[in-house]
Amino acid sequence: MYSFKFHHAKNLQNATELLASNTDAKLLAGGQSLLASMKLRLNNPSALIDLKGIEELVGIEILTNEVFVGAMTRHAQVAGSIELQNVIPGLHHLAGSIADRMVRNMGTLGGSLANSDPSADYPAATLALNSTIFTNQRSIPADDFFKGLFQTALNEHEIITKVRFLIPKRSAYVKFKHPASRYAVVGVFIADFGHEVRVAVTGAASCVFRHAAMESALSKEMSVDSISDIMTPTTNLNCDIFADEEYRSNLITRMAIKAVEKINHL
Amino acid sequence: MVSVSININGKVETHFIEERTLLVNFIRENCRLTGTHIGCDTAQCGACTVHLNDKAIKSCNVLALQADGSTVKTIESLIQSDGNLHPMQIAFNEEHALQCGYCTPGMIMSALNLLEMYPNPSEDLIREQISSNLCRCTGYHNIVKAIKSAAVKMNFKNSIA
Repeated sequence: MYSFKFHHAKNLQNATELLASNTDAKLLAGGQSLLASMKLRLNNPSALIDLKGIEELVGIEILTNEVFVGAMTRHAQVAGSIELQNVIPGLHHLAGSIADRMVRNMGTLGGSLANSDPSADYPAATLALNSTIFTNQRSIPADDFFKGLFQTALNEHEIITKVRFLIPKRSAYVKFKHPASRYAVVGVFIADFGHEVRVAVTGAASCVFRHAAMESALSKEMSVDSISDIMTPTTNLNCDIFADEEYRSNLITRMAIKAVEKINHL
Repeated sequence: MVSVSININGKVETHFIEERTLLVNFIRENCRLTGTHIGCDTAQCGACTVHLNDKAIKSCNVLALQADGSTVKTIESLIQSDGNLHPMQIAFNEEHALQCGYCTPGMIMSALNLLEMYPNPSEDLIREQISSNLCRCTGYHNIVKAIKSAAVKMNFKNSIA
């Protein structure tokens, strides 16, 4: 790891100032991806600004139609919330499926979204649940947030503060996980809002995306038959040593079928 | 360089370190507590598992600075006041849950956190939950048996305490 300066941010204002006054600084949330990439010298920030001490960035608030989760809320807190399990079981299950128990004790929602790893789990829930990402500057609809491989709509000095997830009637997340890392080789989140069904796919392409053909089919009927013949074009799908484009295309349909089965058994 | 203070196993350790020092190196090199191991150095194998503010974490993937002012417990904290081993350590011994022993400190710290979350885990749950820790001797069968056995003993101990 290259050397760097380290700052504990006292509050959001302080974090904003530190970010502005340190060129090439990076925000440190849980650090579970950032530190790993720094150890590999893939990342070389001049300074890290630790957001751990900012209490206003932590917490889960459940309202009638929406749930707010603070950016520094750890995956383990989300996975451990019975209240959340009652309103958005898909999101609750997703958080408990990220990486492993130790990583979940450090990793955060905001860190995962800002990183926008193509195989990360949270982007799928964020997009499918028609969420809004709040920052220290503005609010960004999830539909406009994920821009590509490790790319988001966030600008240089922007800090995610919280995320608003809309509560669907029913939801489920199913992933084909890499057996060692638990990353999604392909993950599908389905959210049924009654008037609309949203389907988000992670792991398959450069970043999370909505699946229009499945959304339209499931909006007509939430059944396995309505999507079992839908094949996703392999253009723009990922190919790596674990899975090629065709395999991933097939996994999208398989994971979506499992998610529909899960929703229909709720 | 920066001064970092961490309460490790009940003793406050203050050392002057480079900002990039990982928690596992702080524990091993600055505090000379070498029970915590470095296996993969990539947050996969879990040999470096310790408890940070009572939660299991992989100390090779956390900066010492992130634990500044916090409480850390390592495998060395498990020794009982009468000098005996912790029930989890005894269970690992009785069930032959270690061969080379390299993964054992991490396995045990991980297993204790597991039992705090799930006091009566099923075998399937144990297998799923210790996927965070790798044993390259592949001695998982007896590790699962040891955790199951420790769960029974520790629950019994708690119920008579």
